[in-house]
Amino acid sequence: MSALNSHATGNPADASVAVRDLLIAYGSLVVLDKLSLDIPKGEFLVLLGPSGCGKSTLLNSIAGLLDITDGEIWISGKNVTWEEPKDRGIGMVFQSYALYPRMSVYDNMAFGLKIAGLPKSEIEERVGRAAKMLKLEPLLKRKPSELSGGQRQRVAIGRALVRNVDVFLFDEPLSNLDAQLRSELRVEIKKLHQDIGNTMIYVTHDQIEAMTLADRIAVMKGGIIQQLDDPHTIYNRPKNLFVAGFIGSPAMTFLNGKITALNGAPAVDVGGGVVVPLGRYQFEAGSSAPAAGTDVVLGVRPEHIITGSPADGTEDGRRFWTKGQVKMLEPTGADTILWTEVGGQNLTVRVDSDHEVALYAHFDFAFDLDRASLFDKASGDRL
Amino acid sequence: MSALTAQSSPRGPKPKRLTPARVGLYGFVAMSCLFFLAPLYVMIITSLKPMEEVRLGYIFKWPDSPTIQPWIDAWSSACTGLACEGIHSGFYNSIKITIPSVMVSIFAGALFGYCLSFWKMKGSNFLFGLLLLGAFLPYQLFIYPLVRIYAWAGAYGTMFNIITVHTIFGLPVMTLLFRNYFSSVPIELFKAARVDGAGFWRIFLSVMLPLATPVVIVAVILQVTGIWNDFLFGTVFAGQNNWPMTVLLNNIVNTTQGERHYNIDMAATILTAAVPLTVYFVSGRWFVRGIAAGAVKG
Amino acid sequence: MANKRRRNLAPVLAIAPFWVLILVAYLGTMLFTILMSFTNSKTLPKLEFVGLKQYQRLFTTDLWITASQNIWAFSILLILISLTVGFLLAVALDQKIRAEDTIRTIILYPYAMSFIVTGLIWQWLLNPQLGLQKAMHDLGWESFSFTWTQDPSMAIYSIIIGGVWQGSGLVMAIMLAGLRSIDQEIWKAAKIDGIPDWRVYISIVIPMMRPTIVTAVVLMSLGAVKAYDIVVALTGGGPGSSSFTPALFIMNFFFTRQNVGLGAAACTVVLVVVSVFFVPWFYYEYFREEKRGH
Repeated sequence: MSALNSHATGNPADASVAVRDLLIAYGSLVVLDKLSLDIPKGEFLVLLGPSGCGKSTLLNSIAGLLDITDGEIWISGKNVTWEEPKDRGIGMVFQSYALYPRMSVYDNMAFGLKIAGLPKSEIEERVGRAAKMLKLEPLLKRKPSELSGGQRQRVAIGRALVRNVDVFLFDEPLSNLDAQLRSELRVEIKKLHQDIGNTMIYVTHDQIEAMTLADRIAVMKGGIIQQLDDPHTIYNRPKNLFVAGFIGSPAMTFLNGKITALNGAPAVDVGGGVVVPLGRYQFEAGSSAPAAGTDVVLGVRPEHIITGSPADGTEDGRRFWTKGQVKMLEPTGADTILWTEVGGQNLTVRVDSDHEVALYAHFDFAFDLDRASLFDKASGDRL
Repeated sequence: MSALTAQSSPRGPKPKRLTPARVGLYGFVAMSCLFFLAPLYVMIITSLKPMEEVRLGYIFKWPDSPTIQPWIDAWSSACTGLACEGIHSGFYNSIKITIPSVMVSIFAGALFGYCLSFWKMKGSNFLFGLLLLGAFLPYQLFIYPLVRIYAWAGAYGTMFNIITVHTIFGLPVMTLLFRNYFSSVPIELFKAARVDGAGFWRIFLSVMLPLATPVVIVAVILQVTGIWNDFLFGTVFAGQNNWPMTVLLNNIVNTTQGERHYNIDMAATILTAAVPLTVYFVSGRWFVRGIAAGAVKG
Repeated sequence: MANKRRRNLAPVLAIAPFWVLILVAYLGTMLFTILMSFTNSKTLPKLEFVGLKQYQRLFTTDLWITASQNIWAFSILLILISLTVGFLLAVALDQKIRAEDTIRTIILYPYAMSFIVTGLIWQWLLNPQLGLQKAMHDLGWESFSFTWTQDPSMAIYSIIIGGVWQGSGLVMAIMLAGLRSIDQEIWKAAKIDGIPDWRVYISIVIPMMRPTIVTAVVLMSLGAVKAYDIVVALTGGGPGSSSFTPALFIMNFFFTRQNVGLGAAACTVVLVVVSVFFVPWFYYEYFREEKRGH
């Protein structure tokens, strides 16, 4: 298990942030299990997962805000495991903004610097720079209670910014905002990262935020990093059933089946006489088609299903055509979600909303086998 | 791991060091506990000492020959002025006063809170404001005219008198408690009950009161301790035959002639405090909830 | 139609007794007391108006002067000390200390006891021949002197000790609830900013707790103004009448000295002073509540 949770790539002193064998346990409850991770300088890493997966715990441990059970934390080449949060060279932004309520915007950003004993001119210069970057200049005299949610979070980002640190930590910073503001601020954070190029670690449960912001995403569950990859790989080649099901909306369809042989090539029998050939399927490096009879799960994203009829396109072996009946329709505006069945199992298909389909109509559709995923049912791992 | 981390570099939890701040903190907490506990300790050990030992002083010293005689005397033969019957009649009086007062005042508070929250009637907010304002004023403002009213009605110095007075002066906090709770109940629940054909009393008794069980518990804790601990209303309104335990206790202790039997006095004091203390220790966090609810205005 | 009427009658009938009760028992009695203060009533109320003569007499009565001086000293010191002790205890309990529940129980238990019990306990403990002073002498500290309860100039302060003992737990409980309701992320942010704990309390937490502190102050001062039982039990107003409070004064003139007119005048003065302090606060709280409702 610990080997699974190790994503260390080199010497911890060389990374911007490095975590080694981090264990957080309360009695027998293990929140983080021997986790190792290297984050190179300038990377935007998103920790993604459902609540209770340990992502916030990991972030708080890096910040030094909670006692760890075992392991080491390295930041900017220094072992900071026993350092106070303020000495770790980090800035942090919180979900509830955590602004000091009775202080002005200016004082919120300046307070830490004042305590640290910086000269007044230096403080003014740093706060001024951050305010300019975040368009907070007209608001500097206001109290947090006089600001909108988006403005408050910009102040919180500003407070992290003035610390002139290498690493920024974000703990679900956009969760308290409405959808509109969330997408606006998301763009601002992305732009900020492009401009200043600091290492950023960002915790969220929102996959859109993860996909749009991240250089790499660490999908977590049960205190273990399930997959650490760039967004494209996470989306297209999920490492296991959990990642496959967690990423994507509407969720990937899972079809239970058994490995069989079809014309001498491996195929999946999903029941009801439907046998999907796996000739074009790219197995994971080092793994090949499992023995016939193995229980597997075929994962197909709703948006990777092509509708129409075989005659519309060429049969190139890349697609597997079959038929279904529309059981239910869910128009969402841009797309329409069709519910159908294949081999007696539910299947969702996303089609363009212009595509006219009638309830209970029979239609032809094809799986795009290049983009399908195959998992071992017993282990849940990608094959 | 690698050679670099294998050196004696920091790993695992930061070693806890006993800082001076931490020592000071525990010192302060220990001193405070001593301050709060010492009086109870002195009372208990003194109440277990025979009079010869009490006369020696040494209030913190454990009794050489512990005895429960002072407790028996306090209960049944300590003197209040001329009568030497102990504190037991006060105990029964306090029970007779507390039980009906608690029930009536909680029912009244719940009913008024229910009226205020769900049946918007003209002037009821004014009435509530007046009630709250009244709660902030010292009782002395109301006491004398009330005495005259009860005397005029021929009910002065009776059980009825003391019970209704507790109800009147318990009303502000009780009403506040229930009004605050009921205003957090979704109005849809009330509407649904009305659509189902339930009337004023039916909704109150079958829907809202059962829903408010936690508040009722808090109210019971608040009222039992409050009414049991009352001294002022007891002296003025209860009448000599109905004097509650607190009044009797004060009489035993502060009107004694000749040598004072401190051991008996302390036993009587502990007996008087026993009921609210039991409520306190049994109810635990509910008590804290109670004072928070009763304390915080809204 | 008839049915509807009947249904609307129930709430009216239910609320009617409250109108009678509150108008008579609160408003009526208060007005009656004020009215009496302008009369020459002795044992029984009588409508023989004497203008402001009772007030004149009140302000030249030594006992009233003592009582009103006492209540200021008593209230202000009691509030300041209880607030400080209660707040420090709440902060101490908020430091993740061992046996927090037990310690909280110990600090709060005096609050469950009556003022009479509290007063009697401290009467004994502060009695020089019996309590603390005697214990210190027995331990060999011969010069230790603590005779407040028998010293006319200090007796009122001995009541403060009892008041602090009983009331600090309440302040602690209110303050602790206030401290616990502060967003934990504020503490985290302050840690990242490197602000020392004591500075967080002074610059961030205390300003945030203003409503809680106001509540505690109001509660304590209401209790202080009402102080009667504890005085009766601890000093009985003595030695002499040196530790009288207005509450004692009023009860004394109503029921012992049978001078209703003067007692009523004292009541009215207390009413005016209390109103000046609490009515603005009361309306602020009340209207803020209304605003929040919309």
